[in-house]
Amino acid sequence: MSILGKLSINAFPHDVITLGGAIMMIVAILIGIFYVTYTKRWHWLWSEWITTTDHKKIGVMYIFVSIVMGLRGFADVLLMRVQQATSVGSSHGILSANHFQQIFSAHGVIMIFFVAMGFLFGIINLVLPLQIGSRDVAFPFLNATSFWLFSAGMVLMNASLIIGNFTYAGWLSYPPLSELKYSPGVGVDYWIWSLQVAGLGSLLSGINFLVTIIKLRCKGMTLMRMPLFTWSVFGTMVLVILAFPILTVTLALLYLDRTVGTHFFTASGGGNMMMYVNLIWSWGHPEVYILVLPSFGIFSEVVSVFSRKRLFGYRSMVWAIWAIVVLSFIVWLHHFFTMGAGSNVNAFFGMMTMIIAVPTGVKIFNWLFTMFGGRIKFNASMIYFLGFIFLFTLGGVAGVMMAVPAIDYQLHNSLFLVAHFHTMIVSGVLFGDFIGIMYWFPKIFGFKLIDFYGRVAAYLWIIGFIVAFGPLYILGFMGATRRLDHYPAYTGWQSLFIVAGIGVGIIAIALVFQFLQLIISYIKKNENFDTTGDPWDGRTLEWSTSSPPPHFNYAILPEVESRDAFWEEKQRTDKNVQDKKYEDIPVVKNTPLAMYIGAMACIFGFCAVWHIWWLLALSLLTIIVLIMIRTTDEETEYVIPASEVAEIDKKVQWKV
Amino acid sequence: MESVNTQIQQVPKYDKTDDTIVFGFWVYLMTDCVLFAALFAVYAVLHNNTFGGPDGAQIFSPSYVLVETIALLTSSFTCGIGLISAYNMQKNRVIGWFSVTFLLGLSFVVMEVAEFSHLIHSGDSFKRSAFLSSYFTLVGTHGLHVTVGLIGMLILIIRIYTKGLTKASVRRLTLLSLFWHFLDIIWIFIFTIVYMLGFS
Repeated sequence: MSILGKLSINAFPHDVITLGGAIMMIVAILIGIFYVTYTKRWHWLWSEWITTTDHKKIGVMYIFVSIVMGLRGFADVLLMRVQQATSVGSSHGILSANHFQQIFSAHGVIMIFFVAMGFLFGIINLVLPLQIGSRDVAFPFLNATSFWLFSAGMVLMNASLIIGNFTYAGWLSYPPLSELKYSPGVGVDYWIWSLQVAGLGSLLSGINFLVTIIKLRCKGMTLMRMPLFTWSVFGTMVLVILAFPILTVTLALLYLDRTVGTHFFTASGGGNMMMYVNLIWSWGHPEVYILVLPSFGIFSEVVSVFSRKRLFGYRSMVWAIWAIVVLSFIVWLHHFFTMGAGSNVNAFFGMMTMIIAVPTGVKIFNWLFTMFGGRIKFNASMIYFLGFIFLFTLGGVAGVMMAVPAIDYQLHNSLFLVAHFHTMIVSGVLFGDFIGIMYWFPKIFGFKLIDFYGRVAAYLWIIGFIVAFGPLYILGFMGATRRLDHYPAYTGWQSLFIVAGIGVGIIAIALVFQFLQLIISYIKKNENFDTTGDPWDGRTLEWSTSSPPPHFNYAILPEVESRDAFWEEKQRTDKNVQDKKYEDIPVVKNTPLAMYIGAMACIFGFCAVWHIWWLLALSLLTIIVLIMIRTTDEETEYVIPASEVAEIDKKVQWKV
Repeated sequence: MESVNTQIQQVPKYDKTDDTIVFGFWVYLMTDCVLFAALFAVYAVLHNNTFGGPDGAQIFSPSYVLVETIALLTSSFTCGIGLISAYNMQKNRVIGWFSVTFLLGLSFVVMEVAEFSHLIHSGDSFKRSAFLSSYFTLVGTHGLHVTVGLIGMLILIIRIYTKGLTKASVRRLTLLSLFWHFLDIIWIFIFTIVYMLGFS
């Protein structure tokens, strides 16, 4: 074995489309580097962003990465839609079967791990510490490390485009296909390690935010006074903590099978490949709720603010979250009723799946009752929200249908299923993230986004989604299975696939409007400055500080006496104006160590993929040394003296 | 009793950040617990899939594992005494007790590696059957954790030797002991589920 393990010149791309993709990516990176150099922003980039431990900036970076990855995931969508609309009968479309498989695998991985998870942790980072009246998360350095691990996983996944290939075994890479015997290339290894590294980041974030919520709430904020977004993040982090270690184990075992020849999931040697499917979905189903719960939190905040009413049924909302948290661990088998676990087992999981629709239904009704009788502001967020209610209910009903094992046998792995889970994830997760970004944007950047473009984008998204996925429900009933790169003409499916393609075209226009919204709002930001810190007449604490907040969020830590604390404060007539007593605030220093750890984790993953053992050991050793440097550094914080805090606060007050 | 109480008074006061860190570490341990739970589940599924190879009763040696177990459990005890000495700010005792803990932990790891290499050389490696794959992975993951703990312990002992017992090092000893006791509990489950049930 050579010094570079399995890596050789043959690893670089040969076919046209991959090469094109690789060149485009390299060109994009070069343009980025050129732009930063041309505008002389390296120092700014380094000192303000790369080395930061500020949760707000980390949140922005998460969202930036997610948007970039979202574009790549959407490029995959365009390719798949063109392929399925044209590859019928004697025509074979634009992609080879192998390449098509890599693309749908990459699409799933990117959209779940690097878009949905990125948006989720981004928004949580931006908002959560502000919302509970805290100055930062519990472990700011760990938070930065989580982000860089997430980025390392992202880089690893994209590296597969240039060096080697990506998995073609689907986004969850089931064995036996993903075993060495049937996937001898490095694709599955890339998949394993990009998820392993990014997953470690998610797990560390999970610990961090759970501790933050439990330990760092401001004075007076009892659990039942927490905003609903905080509650749902609480539930989500419990899920992260309980589910992600299972993913770590599953991926590790698959890697052992592929690398050292163990027999966990192999067809020979006594391995059990259905155990893989069980394990991966024991993580995978909670993961679905990890994605959707924070969105539920966002909906709860936004509906209440834009209906100018207190949230209906706060307590039932909280209990619904915890019911979902518990139930999400006992429904995983509904992803593979066809395994043949026996009718009793299937019946149990079918019933549990139907039951989990109940707390979700409770939430839907509570949101609707919150709107009822409110003075509703009909902006882009509310349009997305109504689209969500409509689509999510439809998709949910389709899900309950498939929860009946007998029906599932018919619909398993059909396009009906694909349409179902896209309905849930796009309306439930993505729309929630869009709303969250529009809603909290002024808090972070200090100016509002222009609503008009948002409204157009929202309508286009909803219409485009229906046009794109309506046909897939029908196709599923007609017998079209998922992941088809080619089908015979006599099936009569082509027209519906073309309609689905048109739907994706409409979504593409929606994306254009979303970018227009960002760009034009930035150009016209002078007209939309948020000088009050409270642009929406908000209810929760984050609106009580300035927009954007100072590094330490609150010059004086807030105290709360009720739910919707800021709203109540605004209603009070007997405002007791006290002299402000400022105190010294310790702040964690900027440090590049988190980024170095991420970079080393990326090299570690790359070496594990290509079996470059010496460099793997070296990168691991470096990580240990980096952690040692960090843990033995006694001066990781600096103190902003009270006088300076007062000065910053006065400036802000003046602006407010 | 009274003297003990006065000694406990000398425990360096935690500030709130310490409290948060210890709690965070607990949460981390729970994630590790789930990790082991998954590995135990895998072992439970695969332990009968010997694929014509040996089963547990044929390859495990009860007395050998008992010695391993005693070494690890004793190390947990000495670790506890070491931590009490740390709370009493007795630097030399801390170094002494944690050195004993380190040696006991090291002998545990050495015994485990010897057992593994014996199995591999006699042809019963992790490649032999699904049962052996899951056995090696479960026990090996525990061993890896113990090794990480040993490295941390060594670094801490050296730091305490050179820089004395600072507040930060007492906190780190607290975390290390939590980790060590946690690994002990995991081992008790391994001893029961893998070895004891394997003998019978």
